[in-house]
Amino acid sequence: MSATAVLDWGLGLAQGMLVLAMALAAWRMLRGPRAQDRILGLDTLYLNGMLAIVVHGMRTGSGLYFEAALILGMIGFTATVALAKFLMQGEVIQ
Amino acid sequence: MSRFLPYPLLTVALALTWLLLNAPITPGSAALALLVGVSVPAVMRALQPRAVLVRAPGTLARLAVVVLYDMVRSNVDVARIILGLRRGERRTGFVTIPLDLREPFGITVLSIILTGTPGTLWVQYDSQTGCLLLHVLDYTGGDEWVRRVKDRYERPLMEVFA
Amino acid sequence: MSGAELPLWAAWLVVALAVVGAAFSLTGALGLIRLRTFYERVHAPTLGATLGMALILISSMLLLSLLEGRLVLRDALIGVFLTVSTPVTLLLLARAAAHRDRHEGTPEAPPEI
Repeated sequence: MSATAVLDWGLGLAQGMLVLAMALAAWRMLRGPRAQDRILGLDTLYLNGMLAIVVHGMRTGSGLYFEAALILGMIGFTATVALAKFLMQGEVIQ
Repeated sequence: MSRFLPYPLLTVALALTWLLLNAPITPGSAALALLVGVSVPAVMRALQPRAVLVRAPGTLARLAVVVLYDMVRSNVDVARIILGLRRGERRTGFVTIPLDLREPFGITVLSIILTGTPGTLWVQYDSQTGCLLLHVLDYTGGDEWVRRVKDRYERPLMEVFA
Repeated sequence: MSGAELPLWAAWLVVALAVVGAAFSLTGALGLIRLRTFYERVHAPTLGATLGMALILISSMLLLSLLEGRLVLRDALIGVFLTVSTPVTLLLLARAAAHRDRHEGTPEAPPEI
């Protein structure tokens, strides 16, 4: 096998595993049962999505996906923090 | 020194970040990195964050090695628990740890360490009593976890951040 | 797809790091499904946020460095950012959950400190 083929198949496998992880996280997000489980699922979804973008950047060999991954990580962080804050202050104590 | 570089660690971190984002390093990007590293901390001074005092760099390096080892080991442990490869009964539970560490940066680093090692979850910290509530995935009775956190992480951190 | 100029051993090393990292991340997501209570489940995604993330980023830095013939370390910034942000996320989430559970008096609520 040539180096190109090894990289293509191997990174494709890693990408597939990360997409499966995203599917599992999405299942937890949709299924619940409670709001905190959904937020945890969303956070995991963001994390694995970011890692999948990093691996996609490796497959294409371009550095362009770095910014996308970094920004996705930041948005995921902000979203989860905002949702957790809402859970603490918006729903239980008015 | 204190006038032009109020936060030397922040200066170094900012300049390094700039250089990493703009690699390969050219004279122009190095000059810009220096400019960012010097000018941003000057703005930060208006916010008056507490200065970090890092002592005992040797202890810090040893702590980093310990944390790296624990991170890999607990990752494997938790993976085995999830995949059901571990035999025997497993219990989870909450552990209350009375911390002697009061320095805010030390507490921050401790929270990063405890999150970085899967199997321990930081639930709550009371700054009045200094008590930390931890959820552990592999609960062993007694105060084994208290001793582990105190000996492995808290004591070196108290040496580093005083 | 690039990588034709890469030596074979380097390609295998890059792939091994990425696949093991992805496997840890996948195990973490699986834990989200398999573990029974919320407080157990919060532990699971940290697998992807620590070792899984680190291995994938090392693999990416290695590949880009070899392809471009110089040290490319900027992926480490993602690692640094994730390392300092994950504790904040999980801590807030755990506190919110603890608060709700105590308020509702569910049996798995954490004890008061």
